[in-house]
Amino acid sequence: MAQNDVRYLNPINIEIKKNKYCRFKKSGIKYVDYKDADFLLKLINEQGKILPRRITGTSAKYQKKVNKAIKRARHIAVLPYVADMLK
Amino acid sequence: MNSYETVFILTPVLSDEQTKEAVQKFEGEIKKLGGKVTHSESWGLRKLAYPIQKKSTGFYFMLNYEGPSTVIADLEVTFRRDERVMRFLTVKMDKDSLAWAEKRRAKMGKKKSVEAEA
Repeated sequence: MAQNDVRYLNPINIEIKKNKYCRFKKSGIKYVDYKDADFLLKLINEQGKILPRRITGTSAKYQKKVNKAIKRARHIAVLPYVADMLK
Repeated sequence: MNSYETVFILTPVLSDEQTKEAVQKFEGEIKKLGGKVTHSESWGLRKLAYPIQKKSTGFYFMLNYEGPSTVIADLEVTFRRDERVMRFLTVKMDKDSLAWAEKRRAKMGKKKSVEAEA
C-alpha cells in the first residue's frame, strides 16, 4: 500500500541544454582587434576580468587571441585592469 | 619588410601644434630609419580607463607603417626618451590584422563621410 510514486511539491524544471558555440568560428572573425573596446566589453565581466571559455564557449585558438587583445587594450588604457560595474 | 602598427598616447596638457609637431617627429623618425608610414590616424582627446601619470585623459594616435625589423628598436628608444608620450604599443601586423585594418579604414572612411555630410 505504500505510495510508490513520489509526488513533488513543484514540478522539477529540466534545463534544456543550450549547446554553446564559438562566436568567432560562426561569424568568421579572423582577428580580434585590441582597439575597439565595445567588442571586447562583451568578453569581460563587470569587474573587468576576462570571461572563461566555459561561459563564452569560444574555442581555444580564439580565446588565446582574445586574451592577447584584452591585455593589449588594458596596456593602452582602452580597458581598465580592475573596474566595478563596468557595464 | 614587415608592417607594424603603433598606438601611442600623448599627455593632454599639450597644445594643438605641439601634438602635431610630436606626431610629425615620430613620422620623420620612421622615415629616417628606413620605414614608410602608410596610414596615420588621430583619435583625439579620449578618457583613459585608468589614470596614467596622474592624468585621466590623453591624445591617442595610431601609426601604420612598413619597414625592416631594425626600425622598431630605435623607434621605441625615441618614444621612451620623449616625455610627452605617456604610453606606446607597437604590434606586428599579420595577414589577418592587415585585412581587418583595411576593413576598419573603409568603415571609418564611410562613417567620416557621413559625419561630413551631416
